[in-house]
Amino acid sequence: MTRLRVVQTARGILPSKDVQQTLAQKIIARAAGRPAVTPGEIVTCKVDLAMMHDSSGPRRVQPMLERLGAKVWDRSKVVLVTDHYLPAYDDESRRIIRITREWVRAAGIDNFYDEQGICHVVLPERGHLRPGMFAVGGDSHSPTGGAFAAYMFGIGATEMLGVLVTGEIWLKVPHTIAFEFDGAFAPAVSAKDAMLFLIGRFGQDGGQYQAVEYRGSGVRQLPMQERMTLCNMAAELGAQTGLVASDSVTREFLKLEALEPWESDPEAPLLAHHRFDAAGLAPQVAAPHSPANTKPVNEFHDVRPQLAYIGACTGAKLEDLRMAARILKGRKARVRLLVAPASLRDQQSAEKEGILQILLDSGAELLANACGICAGYGAHLLPEDMVAISSTARNFKGRMGAASSQVYLASPYTVAASAVAGRICDPRELLQ
Amino acid sequence: MRSWVFGDNVDTDVIAPGRYMKFGVEEIAPHCFEAVLPEFARSVRPGDVVVAGRNFGAGSSREQAPAALKHLGIAALVAESFAGLFYRNALNLGLAAVVCAQAKSIRDGDRVRVEAETGRISNLTTGEILTCEAIPPHLMQMVRDGGLLAHLEKRLGRPR
Repeated sequence: MTRLRVVQTARGILPSKDVQQTLAQKIIARAAGRPAVTPGEIVTCKVDLAMMHDSSGPRRVQPMLERLGAKVWDRSKVVLVTDHYLPAYDDESRRIIRITREWVRAAGIDNFYDEQGICHVVLPERGHLRPGMFAVGGDSHSPTGGAFAAYMFGIGATEMLGVLVTGEIWLKVPHTIAFEFDGAFAPAVSAKDAMLFLIGRFGQDGGQYQAVEYRGSGVRQLPMQERMTLCNMAAELGAQTGLVASDSVTREFLKLEALEPWESDPEAPLLAHHRFDAAGLAPQVAAPHSPANTKPVNEFHDVRPQLAYIGACTGAKLEDLRMAARILKGRKARVRLLVAPASLRDQQSAEKEGILQILLDSGAELLANACGICAGYGAHLLPEDMVAISSTARNFKGRMGAASSQVYLASPYTVAASAVAGRICDPRELLQ
Repeated sequence: MRSWVFGDNVDTDVIAPGRYMKFGVEEIAPHCFEAVLPEFARSVRPGDVVVAGRNFGAGSSREQAPAALKHLGIAALVAESFAGLFYRNALNLGLAAVVCAQAKSIRDGDRVRVEAETGRISNLTTGEILTCEAIPPHLMQMVRDGGLLAHLEKRLGRPR
């Protein structure tokens, strides 16, 4: 493997060539204005991008900004997305959306995506992420940005206020835990299965609030949105972020003129290095009420869901809709099937590809391009005792509705197959 | 200073359920721990302490989770470990979060005194003294100031 060939992605000091550093260290060092950083040390980083949505954004930070009499440090570096309280169906949600729109106008934020889909999907789709960036988001699934070799992590509203006012944030430089998947994943096995497997194996705190980096030929072969799923669920693994080194897939997705290689040095020390044979992974299902409650799909054949949900930043991107369509083509769902495409643009692409029609023909009901049930919001919350199978990231007790509802997490393949079979079903039986 | 003891991986949806997130903290707080301990919000008293196992506060970035606990008067959180994002949020709100390897030695209902600056916990029921991790020095000033907002207010100077 060759040493990092440095291409200046953003302003600042270039990574040290004398010290072997992980991808996480290199990005943090650049953002801290240092040639190198060491895991465990506390540094202050300059933030390249701050993303907020309607729930944790203006309605929370505006009163605090007013109290401080402060303004946003650099409005070109702020991105706002409405995705939680849509469609606004009651007074509270209408108020939250209104506050968001008014603040965007008053603060002069140009990067505003209103009713365009879920922030983690919209952000890279509209070209806001670049390899080597240091970014924060007002949402726990912000590590999704790590798929683009950006260091991106979630923060709360008060911490976002700190970023908006100072343009900086403190960080304990993380160790890196490498998860390497060698070979190719089997047909009908996806990034979601890999993550449910890892969370089941290492636990909800397996990431130890360090950086996890996904590597190996299995990961390199994955399309961008599958890599996003890996990094997205670094949150459920308890990592601060998930990362994938940049390559030609990154370049093509972001339409970059040249490859901007950001990767770990080959000898950079790791906290742990776990290697897996990608081909050996079976579809996985996480039983209620924890994403760590994972077993292979064939242990759940007696579970009969009453609802199948394909939604959220984790499980309803274009790539996820394609997976569902590969199962659903020419078939009918036996249980209620709800599909909430993660972004408007992904939905439009799905329509062009004919995928959307396949889903609709199978009986799927189309919901808004928003967080919806996954955020515990909207008209479709799960009633008492309902059993659901979902392509989302979390099945915590009561998250998606009544405390007595039961949510099984699985890949879009498995959710679609289960909708067809009327019981939790191995998608490899139905792949066409 | 009564302790309320919870297990491992207590998530933010249990602490602050998503369906109430559209409201302010005063309306969220009565639903704190509703799915696992419905009587918690009405039984908890100011000065009480929440004690938990591993990975307390897993899940969402919603700051309303530590805010609800603070609103109910919780004086400190003690856990074997915290979810990183939740830990930052708690300290940013000025709510002390103490990492304590022996957290499981505290029984539900024990009366405890938590000294966040030193990481010393006195179990007044058993007489046991637990030596735990102090809040990191680079964050202590912020916690002393009452959280990040008050800290920034001090740092930037009050505008009015």
